[in-house]
Amino acid sequence: MNELIRFSDEQAMLLETASAFCREKSPIHAVRALLGSDHGYDRGVWEEIVALGWPALAIPENFGGSGLSLAEAAAIAEPMGRHLMAVPFASCQIFVAGVLAGADAALQAAVLPRIAGGAIGTVALFEQEGDWSLTAGEAFGARDGETVVLSGAKTFVCDAAVAGFVLVSFVLDGAPALAVLTEIAPERLRREIVIDETQRGYRLDLDGISVPMSKIMTGTRALAALDAVRDAALLLNAAAAAGGIAGVLDVTVEYLNTRTAFGRKIGSFQSLKHTCAEILVGLERTRSHVWHAASVLGSNQDAEIALRMAKTEAGEVFTFAGDRAVQFHGGFGFTFDCDAQLFLRRALWLEYSFGDGAHHRRWLADLLLA
Amino acid sequence: MNELEDFRREVAAWFRENRPAEPDFLLPESFMEVGSDAQFAYLRDWQRKIYEAGYLGMAWPKEYGGGGKAQAFQDIVNAEMAAQKVPFVPNTIGLNWAGPLILAIGTEEDKRRYIKGILNAEDIWCQGFSEPDQGSDLANSQTRAVRDGDSYVLNGSKIWTSLGTYAKYMILLARTNPQQPRYEGLSYFLVPMRTPGIELQPIRKLTGEYGFTQTFFRDARIPAASLMGKEGEGWKIAMLTLTFERGATGGQAGGVSRVALGLGDVVEMAKTARRDGRPALEDPFIRDQIVRFAIEDRGDQLCRARAEIPALCAERPNAIPLSNKLRVSEHRRRLLRFALSLQGANAARWVGDADATGGGKWQRAYFNSFSSTIGGGTSQIQANIVGERVLGLPKD
Repeated sequence: MNELIRFSDEQAMLLETASAFCREKSPIHAVRALLGSDHGYDRGVWEEIVALGWPALAIPENFGGSGLSLAEAAAIAEPMGRHLMAVPFASCQIFVAGVLAGADAALQAAVLPRIAGGAIGTVALFEQEGDWSLTAGEAFGARDGETVVLSGAKTFVCDAAVAGFVLVSFVLDGAPALAVLTEIAPERLRREIVIDETQRGYRLDLDGISVPMSKIMTGTRALAALDAVRDAALLLNAAAAAGGIAGVLDVTVEYLNTRTAFGRKIGSFQSLKHTCAEILVGLERTRSHVWHAASVLGSNQDAEIALRMAKTEAGEVFTFAGDRAVQFHGGFGFTFDCDAQLFLRRALWLEYSFGDGAHHRRWLADLLLA
Repeated sequence: MNELEDFRREVAAWFRENRPAEPDFLLPESFMEVGSDAQFAYLRDWQRKIYEAGYLGMAWPKEYGGGGKAQAFQDIVNAEMAAQKVPFVPNTIGLNWAGPLILAIGTEEDKRRYIKGILNAEDIWCQGFSEPDQGSDLANSQTRAVRDGDSYVLNGSKIWTSLGTYAKYMILLARTNPQQPRYEGLSYFLVPMRTPGIELQPIRKLTGEYGFTQTFFRDARIPAASLMGKEGEGWKIAMLTLTFERGATGGQAGGVSRVALGLGDVVEMAKTARRDGRPALEDPFIRDQIVRFAIEDRGDQLCRARAEIPALCAERPNAIPLSNKLRVSEHRRRLLRFALSLQGANAARWVGDADATGGGKWQRAYFNSFSSTIGGGTSQIQANIVGERVLGLPKD
């Protein structure tokens, strides 16, 4: 009946299960406890997630996965975002999307069952200039017989220190190419200091890494993989932000319902109440965009428009909601102890990953306005 | 299926051939904005012509003047009217509210008396729900109706009556029993407007036009048979009135009741408007603005789709319905203001100026957009409602 948004029983079940799971496993004190940890996540929780089969949701059954899709993964990403849960879930999904779209059967068979078994995959796409284009990087590969030797460096490689596989983009013979790297030596990684302390980003030094051609995607396969990586990242990022908006709105509303000033609950002041209503409106539009985008994923141009719209709306609303959450907490909002800053940091992290609103609106203008 | 496809072609051709000539005045965007005799006469004649061609009330029973056909035929006509952007039909309250209600719960006599006149625009209908002092609280209607023999005697006043000056009948919500709780004390009437004691005072809008009246009842005596249903059922019937959409007997008569400017029109205008000697649509800032509106517009459309999926509205089931008016009306007001800015210096012209873009329709539409951000509860009240009833924030 509903052509714009499809939401299966499977998705509804996952959304409910994941909401309960994240609420229980990622209370805010647990989030704070992980801020100073090496890898940013709780291994026990991740093992439970692997046991639930979530990292392997979109992996075909013949490779040990569930044979579902990113539309189901989004139903997990949203509650994870809401509870600021930091696990390598999105990294794995984005990696799998790239491999499924671009790798040949042999490479898929070598990689995907390992992910289904609990190994972590991630992507290495961006470089020092901070350009969001997935094809503007300068890292390159030089052919040497049946192998390619890489040069350059990648940045914002999430969860690289724990990843068994890294899908890296580079230029080969003047065109975009991708390689699946395994066993990254620790000395090639430098941990970056990033705005969201729940996240782990790394600079990856590629100089001298030798990759056999069997692990490299070129030509249309590489382009298809890059598109799939972008689509997966936009959807999961927007879904996480949608969850984050709901989470930070809860924090704000609870404070406005508790804190008293000038003899009344501060939530009764219209300047605060109306801004919360504005955030709620943004949240409703965002969730609608996200679940529409999940519904049309894989339908070419419609999907690109839907995903870029979802990313734009989600990113801007979440940052606005985080910004106002800090402000509305007053003096407490200026302290590290106030949870508002955790959400604002997550919002900025998400907004500036894979392109902000202005970036995507420029692409949307070309798609919509000719 | 083939029959419907043939019909679609027939209808498309009919509207292409019979589209009325462009008038030398600016047409309104909906029945709520009809402001002059010339506009009214033009639109009434257009409705009559469509009805006489057999394209209105197609799914209403034949014996009362309808077409006695399946709703699918009327749906095709509606879609074709919207696609060709032909003028709207003005008897909206009759076609979409009073008519379906009369067919659903009216007497045989009611049906014979009212239905045909609704369809051919001979009998224009207006709506008397809002009152000057009640704000957006319909259940607080204070206009009184007192039974006296074979009559009811009306006293009080209604405001924002669209087409009030042209209407022959009004659907009226009035209080028959002030002792009863506010919902139970209301009754619903079909009121003949040309009744001694009913007086109209036109209201001049911010656009300078006369589009509404205030309607005064001073001992106006109407036949007791004007009562719909029973005394005390007014609220229930008013709510029923709001539920008629499409469907078999009892559904809306059809026809497009609004031709409003939208984002697509803004994009078209941006192709001809100029910035630094180039089409405005090439200006990166303007493109960014248009995409912002497109994302909002799409977001509201998608909210309507998501509202049908309970699993995606579980946490705050009232969030989409209670924020709808705020989202949609404010979006439209800002879009129309942006449409003015696209016109450059010409933004400062007004209806009637020879060089006004589109005859000044954008300026007029922007001013009229306040009817939605104010009417039915202002945006500020809507934001309170969202804050309090959706988010659970404390009242003032």
